[in-house]
Amino acid sequence: MIRSITKPKSKEEIDTLLDGLNRIFIIGCGTCVTLTRTGGAPEVAAMKEALLDSGKLVTGQVVVPVACDNLTSEILNEEMEKIEQADVLLIMTCAFGVQTVSSQLKRMVVPALDTLFIGKETGYGQFNEICTQCGTCIIGETGGICPVTNCHKGLVNGPCGGTNQGKCEIDSNKDCAWTLIYNRLTELGRLDSMRKLQGPRNFLGEPTPGKYEISKS
Amino acid sequence: MISSFQKALDSGKFIVTCEVAPPKGINLEKTAHHIDLLKDKVDAMNLTDHQSSVMRYPSLGGALMVKEMGGEPILQMTCRDRNRLALQGDLLFAASRGIHNVLCLTGDSVMLGDHKKAKGVFDLDSSQLLAAIRILEKGKDLGDNELDGSPAFCAGAIVTPEAKPLEPQLIKFEKKIEAGAEFIQTQAVFDLDKFKSFMEYARQFPVKILVGIILLTSAPMARFMNKNIAGVNVPQPLIDEMAQAPKGGAIVKGIEIAGRMIKAIHTEKICDGVHIMAIGKEELVPDIMAAADLTP
Repeated sequence: MIRSITKPKSKEEIDTLLDGLNRIFIIGCGTCVTLTRTGGAPEVAAMKEALLDSGKLVTGQVVVPVACDNLTSEILNEEMEKIEQADVLLIMTCAFGVQTVSSQLKRMVVPALDTLFIGKETGYGQFNEICTQCGTCIIGETGGICPVTNCHKGLVNGPCGGTNQGKCEIDSNKDCAWTLIYNRLTELGRLDSMRKLQGPRNFLGEPTPGKYEISKS
Repeated sequence: MISSFQKALDSGKFIVTCEVAPPKGINLEKTAHHIDLLKDKVDAMNLTDHQSSVMRYPSLGGALMVKEMGGEPILQMTCRDRNRLALQGDLLFAASRGIHNVLCLTGDSVMLGDHKKAKGVFDLDSSQLLAAIRILEKGKDLGDNELDGSPAFCAGAIVTPEAKPLEPQLIKFEKKIEAGAEFIQTQAVFDLDKFKSFMEYARQFPVKILVGIILLTSAPMARFMNKNIAGVNVPQPLIDEMAQAPKGGAIVKGIEIAGRMIKAIHTEKICDGVHIMAIGKEELVPDIMAAADLTP
């Protein structure tokens, strides 16, 4: 299942964002950020303690089941009395959740997390980016492994010269996508597809901001 | 327009190229000194392009300097900092100013350099940049539009003969040749036996190979490269040889080793030439050439 992968913003950044905002309502989420332990019930409780320690007033807190869902507004309506007492909503969800709450309640929001990527859990406590949703999928020629996402440089013609022992030049903990692709294509007996000279990528898959409508025809 | 470097490649002589790094700033004295010292001794000099992702005076500016001073430049172009419009535009500018040799590189990640939070572009890769050069030469751009006056280039690329794993690099190497590379300057080589086996494979392709030779300046420098530079492997006997050099004599030993390797490559006709990387000590290139019994 795909997940929105997040990490906490630094205390310093949150302090700056909350400067002058003393009455705070905290929102967490029961889905992705619970899995990543960045915005589930324990993290929301810890944030409340930290805010109280720094002299803030917490008017209330809630962990909604799926922050990015349209039903979030109905759950938050039940908390409206405490929300209205707050200067700001400190939202411990991914940016989808923050923007959903912001558009539903039209109130001042501060994100407590940075949204890193859309990925999946690949091991206990480990999350990997799988797809950058580029709009021009090429994995039919790369053994089902995406170099646009998994190669740091998004290269489509094979590895750069920085790859070393199957790892990426920026981080020896990150796999070289092209070593993975090479190994997979070798296993599949399809190495010829790696030998094909690929033209420049089409970066116009869907110009940002993305918008898509199912054809009415 | 055939560049003098292209003529040298075609002549079958043993080619010598070296590197000149543009300065960090606009004090061009040291760069000009190196160009002046080397322009009549080597067949061409590479102008590095924000090498290791460290922002410097541009390679295009350095190449113009070489041209204006009567030397033969090889313009290094990475795909890290410019999209396809900027790369093509710079190629047109280069050709209009008499710069006709280009080395196409993908480029290091910006994370390795001194502007770590910058956006790495990589709109094209090295093989696509080579292909773009061949398209420009036919009077078109990458958008399939007509050019008013088309450029001509001698285009090259790099390969890492000791990459691990090797075959993915060789597949890329073959794509670079297919895309139009006429010459290859290799990543630093220290193990001539391994390089010979690479050349046995590479000889089947219509491309000139210039072996990359880095000047060793100390044993710690050799160990640093082994640890930090992908595809560079200084064998232990060479590190020992550097370590045993008398105090203050490491550079002399490094020159001796580089000269010895180049001489062996030259006399055994292992490849078509040498690309000397003296990394910040370009004034020593003539000494390395002398140690290799190479005459300008």
